Amino acid sequence: MLSLRGLSHGYPGAARLTFPDFEAGNADTVLLRGPSGSGKSTLLALAAGLLDVQQGSLRVAGAELAGMAPAARDAWRAATLGVVPQRLHLSASLTVRDNLALAYVSTGLPVDSLRLDELLIALGIADVAARKPQALSVGQLQRVALARALARRPAALLVDEPTSNLDDRAATRTIELLLDAARRASTVLLIATHDRRVLDALRGASELDLHAVGETP
Amino acid sequence: MLAWRYLWARPLAAGLNLALSGLGVAVMTFLLLVSSQIERALARDLAGIDLVVGAKGSPMQLMLAGVFHLDAPTGNIPAATLGQLRSHAMVATAMPMALGDSIGGFRIVGAEGDYLDWYGARIAEGRRWRAPMEVVLGHSAAQDLALSVGATVVGTHGLGAEGQAHAAAPYAVVGRLQRCGCVLDRLVLTAVESVWAVHDHPESKGKAADDANAEPHELTLVLVRYKTPLAAAMLPRWVQAQAGLQAASPALETARLFRLLGVGLDVLRGFAVLLLAVSTLSVFVALVHAVRERESDLAMMRMLGAPPSRLAALIALEALWLAILGLVAGLLLGHALTEVLGRLLARQRSLALSGFEWTGDELWCIVVPIALALLAAAMPAWRVKRLEVARLMQAPH
Repeated sequence: MLSLRGLSHGYPGAARLTFPDFEAGNADTVLLRGPSGSGKSTLLALAAGLLDVQQGSLRVAGAELAGMAPAARDAWRAATLGVVPQRLHLSASLTVRDNLALAYVSTGLPVDSLRLDELLIALGIADVAARKPQALSVGQLQRVALARALARRPAALLVDEPTSNLDDRAATRTIELLLDAARRASTVLLIATHDRRVLDALRGASELDLHAVGETP
Repeated sequence: MLAWRYLWARPLAAGLNLALSGLGVAVMTFLLLVSSQIERALARDLAGIDLVVGAKGSPMQLMLAGVFHLDAPTGNIPAATLGQLRSHAMVATAMPMALGDSIGGFRIVGAEGDYLDWYGARIAEGRRWRAPMEVVLGHSAAQDLALSVGATVVGTHGLGAEGQAHAAAPYAVVGRLQRCGCVLDRLVLTAVESVWAVHDHPESKGKAADDANAEPHELTLVLVRYKTPLAAAMLPRWVQAQAGLQAASPALETARLFRLLGVGLDVLRGFAVLLLAVSTLSVFVALVHAVRERESDLAMMRMLGAPPSRLAALIALEALWLAILGLVAGLLLGHALTEVLGRLLARQRSLALSGFEWTGDELWCIVVPIALALLAAAMPAWRVKRLEVARLMQAPH
């Protein structure tokens, strides 16, 4: 599911991030753990094909991203990945249903209404489908973002800090929701987190510890 | 559909941009319609008339009174002038004309029957006049006066509706013209002798009819068609040399009229261009703001697999929606304004304008706003292509 070999990434004017080699071939869930600034979000952006692989090898869901052209990465990401960012990025101009439809509209595909209905019901947000995000609770917003990520039946789900700013109860519910949704959709999970509650709840998952990455000169 | 929803996510900005571009297109459409219809009407009304010969005064007034029937004539000229002109080697045709009275605001024009042929006019009902005191009504005149063949009608002195009625000398309506879209539509046509009969003997119908067979004393003007192009240089000079006569060239006077009108039209045209420029700038600012406000949405669409070109197209489409809505509203408003002006002018028995006509130049009212919208969208679309998606996706709440 995730494989890193000699992977490093540099930003202008900042220390280069060098990631440890890692292999999680058949894992259902992989945790990227480490404190803020350790490179979790950078690795997630690399894994999502949003950044060029500058050095080394990175395989995600069976695809080698090093050397892949930006347009090919866009197409691959749309077909293979579902992404739930830390900031949910739901459009305030669109209804919940239209936000989900973006998963299709963004690549010019016809909207699969049956699939959207199925997700709205499965995630318990069918009754707010016609509302705009600003009228929803934090928990509902997370469900909408998750539904959007799952819309095109991705092979892998990339989730960035899913429990930040949540109390314990909400955090537990979110973790359960993610696991349940991934299981139902037969999707593997790649979660970036430094939240002890997530790490405790997902004991036994493959872990990529990035503590040392930010310290590499 | 997404571009449409994003457009109306900010209804105030969308409405203002729409109003600006709509007004610009409306003013432009109005000017194009009015100027093209006036030019066409004037060209049609000229009907090959090369020269108007009348009493001394303003040549513009003489041309407006004799050709377009929009102004008072400059005075009268001796009836013998007609004979002099007809015997002139450079004159192909000379049409005598006697003006001065009206019916319900429609001018009574005394002329010879050929005058109808100059405009290719056709009888809708009845026949042409054969004797004095018989009239044929133009299409608009017949409609507005609600007169049919067989009716009798009394003229009033002067060109307004308030003049003194010549009650003792009624006209008999013998014919009604089909609509020609020319000056004849708003005229009441009769023999030259009728006009003079009414004025020489206004007290009794019988006497007026008797005297109508007499030689007319004076004419108001004579319309001339040249036999040779050389006449354009020679004949006006010959006319000017005759005592009490003046020559006005409709072509020259019309060109002068357009130059005078042109200043006003240019001011309005400048105003329309300014409105379109302001609306382009406004659309540009709105799109720049929209891209900034929607960076998060656009980044998410990139994350969902949208290539940069698709997002640029989304911005361009939003601008196109504004342009298309603006131009549709502007075209409708421009045509409506022209129709309103046409109806106001019709009440004053003046030029015929219609809002239900189209001119080829209106294509510019479609092409220009679309081109300007795409121009306004170019920079915001370019910014979208350079979005730093990874940074935006990591941005805190």
